Amino acid sequence: MTKSVFLGTVAAATLFAGMGMAQEGSTLAQVKERDELNCGVNTGLVGFAAPDANGNWTGFDVALCRAVAAAVLGDSSKVKFVPTTGQTRFTALSSGEIDVLARNSTWTYSRDTDLKLDFAGVNYYDGQGFMVRKDLGVTSAKELDGATICIQTGTTTELNLADYFRANQMDYTPVNIDSNAEGEQQYMASACDAYTTDASGLAATRAAFADPENHIILPEIISKEPLGPAVRHGDNNWGDIVRWTLNALVAAEEYGVTSKNIEELSKSSNNPEVQRLLGSTDELGAMLGLDAEWAKRAIQANGNYGEIFAANIGEQTPIGLARGLNAQWTQGGLLYAPPFR
Amino acid sequence: MSDTHAQTVPFVRDTMLPAAPPPAQQAGAVRWMRENLFSGPVNTVLTLMGLAIIWFLYVAFGDWFAHSVWNADSLPECREIIAATWGEGARGACFAVIRERWNQYVFGFYPSELYWRPVMTFGLLMVALMPVLFAASLPVRRVVLSATVALTLLAMVALGSPIMWLVFAIAIMAFAFHASETQIARLLPFSVLFPLLGVWLLWGGSLWGPIFVLVGPMLGWITWRVLVSRSAMLATILSVLVTIVFWLFVAGDAAGDAQNLLPMGIEPVDSSSFGGFLLSITIGVAGIALSLPLGIVLALARRSDMFLITTLAVVFIEFIRGVPLITLLFVASLLLNYFLPPGTSFDIILRVIIMVTVFAAAYMAEVIRGGLAALPKGQYEAADALGLDYWKAQRLIILPQALKISIPGIVSTFIGMFKDTTLVTFVGLYDPLKSMSDAVRASTSWKGIYWEPYIFVGFIFFLICFGMSRYSMYLERRLQRDHR
Repeated sequence: MTKSVFLGTVAAATLFAGMGMAQEGSTLAQVKERDELNCGVNTGLVGFAAPDANGNWTGFDVALCRAVAAAVLGDSSKVKFVPTTGQTRFTALSSGEIDVLARNSTWTYSRDTDLKLDFAGVNYYDGQGFMVRKDLGVTSAKELDGATICIQTGTTTELNLADYFRANQMDYTPVNIDSNAEGEQQYMASACDAYTTDASGLAATRAAFADPENHIILPEIISKEPLGPAVRHGDNNWGDIVRWTLNALVAAEEYGVTSKNIEELSKSSNNPEVQRLLGSTDELGAMLGLDAEWAKRAIQANGNYGEIFAANIGEQTPIGLARGLNAQWTQGGLLYAPPFR
Repeated sequence: MSDTHAQTVPFVRDTMLPAAPPPAQQAGAVRWMRENLFSGPVNTVLTLMGLAIIWFLYVAFGDWFAHSVWNADSLPECREIIAATWGEGARGACFAVIRERWNQYVFGFYPSELYWRPVMTFGLLMVALMPVLFAASLPVRRVVLSATVALTLLAMVALGSPIMWLVFAIAIMAFAFHASETQIARLLPFSVLFPLLGVWLLWGGSLWGPIFVLVGPMLGWITWRVLVSRSAMLATILSVLVTIVFWLFVAGDAAGDAQNLLPMGIEPVDSSSFGGFLLSITIGVAGIALSLPLGIVLALARRSDMFLITTLAVVFIEFIRGVPLITLLFVASLLLNYFLPPGTSFDIILRVIIMVTVFAAAYMAEVIRGGLAALPKGQYEAADALGLDYWKAQRLIILPQALKISIPGIVSTFIGMFKDTTLVTFVGLYDPLKSMSDAVRASTSWKGIYWEPYIFVGFIFFLICFGMSRYSMYLERRLQRDHR
């Protein structure tokens, strides 16, 4: 009897699972039904995602989650932030635990194809750099032959480092570390000559040192790290929503739409592109299954791309990142939102 | 009487010598040191080495601790204060991060206006444990209970608990005092009901949920009473079946309907809001409470004569012990999601508790099996000779002795399991040691802080684990029946 009960349970579980697969349809419908967006974020990365003393999340990636929630649900606070680690992030997305992953994840070929993710664009162009102590006398990464280097294991940075040194026929001794905090500590304790991670992380780390003037970030950027939000394969409408929310934030900056003047512009702007973007004319929202003012709400949530950048990681913040590659294409950067029409 | 000694001078002293102090080397601190620290060459060398290590630690870390800053809003401000007070280049600890973020280390992201709920739950947990942990000794019970009550009520008032809940806590505690002074067993029903009460207080929501969970076993009991006269076997199976069917198919809907008819409940708190020591202690206590009975059952199953049961127990124990806990946690957080239909929210903390329990139970089973094996065969034979059946023999003769022997091992497993709760960091839960510290470091004010959170969290862990260890020693002393 025990056996038949067991078999019955297995059969029932399979049946339920099958039904579940069948039900798994529109992410948009699920989010609306739940009235909450499940957004996967970093468990804590300076400037990109961090909970404050009251548990409110802020940061560059967090702002994107809020913008999507504002576009879809009309309220930027209807987000459940699901903290994900480097190991759990992609599984959490493909298993449906989260609707969108905004966790400074690098858009790579294998992640896009083999892991069955869809990257909805790039919200931050990063690249891997090196930090060394000034008294080491090194001014270029090419002079790092034979150095010991602190490197976070299990990340793309580890592979980039190996590639770079092999390409330049140099040797190095890796000091494996588990987290950014540990890396800083090892570097401060002189366990390694150089510390390597994404340039944005290096800037934040250096800014937090007691003596930032004694450390320099070397000019070489040895890898391309386009960080962007990702969604599951298979639900193209949902991917479009995330992609165009990001594009709306970028386009808003290009057209000078800010959270301050957006109300005014939505009534009085003469620019037809702005009118379409803000839903004053045409019904672009309906094509996504949203209402006309979706992009307006997304921009109102935290401002346009430039405002989000300035508030979280820009030069006025302790992290102090320059726009660099992340400037608009009109300013010599790579941000280029396709036209809204 | 002879006079032989009539003229001899008595040599027996007839006055007392005045009391003299003992020689300096045989008294007080000097004697203690001679006996304990410098009793021989090896001991002397070890003592000197110990002193050298302490001196080294003092030189290495003394100034860092002495220059602790507790009042600052960010790490740069800490550094300024240290530089201003102890001069440029001085270093110091910045414990201000603990002062500002202590609430997250203790409660995670639990809503701050509801902090009194976990505090009350913890206080009531201690009350519920009284009849289990301190059943025998009234003075100990009195001290522990008074301390618990005083601390809980103080903390609840400080955290702004509503009057109604204060009254509720006071009522339970007054009853506990009464039971403790008269007959502690009267508190046992509360101990049995506490898990439901605790879960409801922590997660909140409708009161009807726990009520209908309770109804299940009640229905089962009624079934058993009705049928037991016909067949005990049938009655047991049916009553369990009734309970499970009620839980699975009726309880949820019924609770929902009842909530619609007569809303009764407290503000719900999502599992994702749990973190810090609240999470560790919730998982730890649940794991401890569940793994001990499960471990006992597994140990008995492994020593059973029935082939199927033995095999199942061996496979289970060896499989679970052969797999790292992290693997089980990943299974709980990731793999289960693929098997369950999307949208079923099988609570992540519940999943973790199940895995931790299963893991600890496998170790527990082996510890208890050691205790069972250590009992002389005569004890088993004596139980048989008395005509006791299997369960009675286990309950009255075998287990009390075997468990007593296993106490150090059992408590070790508990301590290990409690510390292992920090591994939940790998499945994205906010354990106090790593995740919470990383989250704190991710704010621009505290980026760059490293040792202070670890020291604070390590200290709290030490207090709890040391407490468990002391309790196990107390229990061993109290259960000592032989005369050595």
